Amino acid sequence: MDEFVIRALLAGGGIALLAGPLGSFVVWRRMAYFGDTLSHSALLGVTLGFLLGVNPMIGVMVVCVSLALALVALQRRRHLAADTLLGILSHGSLSLGLVALAFLETLRVDLMAYLFGDILSVTDGDLMAIYGGGAVALTGLALLWRRLLAVTVDEDLARVEGMPVDALRLAFMLLIALVIAIAMKIVGILLITSLLIIPAAAARRFARTPEGMAALASVLGILAVIAGILASLNWDLPGGPSVVVAAAALFLLGSLVPLRR
Amino acid sequence: MSIPHPNRDTSALFAGPLAWTEDLTVRFGGRTVLDRVNIAVQPGEVVTLIGPNGAGKTTLVRAVLGLTAPSGGRVLRRPNLRVGYMPQRLSVDQTLPLTVRRFLALWRPVTADQVAAALEEAGVKRLADSAVQTISGGEMQRVLLARALLGEPDLLVLDEPDQAVDVHGQAELFNRIAQVRQRRGCGVLLVSHDLHTVMARTDRVICLNAHVCCSGRPEDVSRHPEYHALFGGHARDLAVYVHHHDHAHAEDGKVVHDHDGDCCHG
Repeated sequence: MDEFVIRALLAGGGIALLAGPLGSFVVWRRMAYFGDTLSHSALLGVTLGFLLGVNPMIGVMVVCVSLALALVALQRRRHLAADTLLGILSHGSLSLGLVALAFLETLRVDLMAYLFGDILSVTDGDLMAIYGGGAVALTGLALLWRRLLAVTVDEDLARVEGMPVDALRLAFMLLIALVIAIAMKIVGILLITSLLIIPAAAARRFARTPEGMAALASVLGILAVIAGILASLNWDLPGGPSVVVAAAALFLLGSLVPLRR
Repeated sequence: MSIPHPNRDTSALFAGPLAWTEDLTVRFGGRTVLDRVNIAVQPGEVVTLIGPNGAGKTTLVRAVLGLTAPSGGRVLRRPNLRVGYMPQRLSVDQTLPLTVRRFLALWRPVTADQVAAALEEAGVKRLADSAVQTISGGEMQRVLLARALLGEPDLLVLDEPDQAVDVHGQAELFNRIAQVRQRRGCGVLLVSHDLHTVMARTDRVICLNAHVCCSGRPEDVSRHPEYHALFGGHARDLAVYVHHHDHAHAEDGKVVHDHDGDCCHG
């Protein structure tokens, strides 16, 4: 097997492993659209990174976290529903990213690669970012697991039990921002959320515990990555979308399996 | 011995209430929901908050729990007070696979034995492996009681537990809570719409309508003019209804008398 294929599989597999538990939380907390909004703002972060001469991943983290905080502040006002606010921020920041990129005339950026990913051109540096960042994110998630579940079940109860609810929510947003930063290269900012929510949604029917759902979501995600990359190679299809199509197919197959309860 | 504006009751302070408020005021927008409210819950005491809809009962409970910030005045608690909170209702999203056993273990590190004991004490041992989304409102109340008990509470706080539970279920739940209070000696602060379901198991009633209208023993409050003004004609029915707790309900709901049987039931 060619080296670039192995790197693609390692990169995609690493992302899918991380996306299983984190994506389960996105599903449980009904934050799919929130994840989409954050990832759409990533292009602005890339531009910012180029402008400031820092790694685009740092730019993405900074923009994602700022956006998450802005959203929390806006929601306090309560004049507009959350989905409206998300829609404004999502499309506003994506368009701002595109406009800002156009202003940087000297910069040659492969826009399609950022929007839809370029899984077959993964570098060793990307792999290091994925496994380094992924290890940090998984460790953080494992440490916060019980308390994040408690906050997900009921914020008031968690607060009365003395849990730092706001800090936990912020930590969760940071984890999502981190995943977006490292997964951007693989599936692209327009498709990152699908890798978070589709495997988790497919796993729901078969799970009896939160951990079971998270683990199964990781396995299904890895299967989708393998199937997507192989399909992409065989038929010369775009990599990121192929992975997402494979995940969606797994979801459909899973919902057809009869369950004995 | 109803006290129109109680509190300032300094003897209570020396006896050491579990939690108390000092001129607690809460405003939402321009509306004053709680107006200089002073209440205290003593160890081992069952205090019931009653009042019409919109009287601020839930807001008062949330302020005592630290979930709503006072606009004025203070909420005070004994240092290191352990509070067990039973919310009105709790629904867990269908997307989250969660058994009752697992739900109980989310809030603090607990052993399997502790979880089993709490389920037993709340009378819902058989539900341990059920998914939390599949149990009834009344069963969820018991599970929430078990959850609160796992924290070894000094103070149990219940917000209108009767809404999700049928009449038979609520009497059963209150009996459980009375037993828990007896056994553990914890204080109880509960919110109720309905004085007579809690009357026999309450030490003190606080009648709330943004301010404290009156407070005292249940039978005194039910005769208090402010109480009548609040509850109108309905209150008169309650005043003559003194609920001697003279029977229990068997599992099938039949009344089981624990005295001679010459009582009459309205």
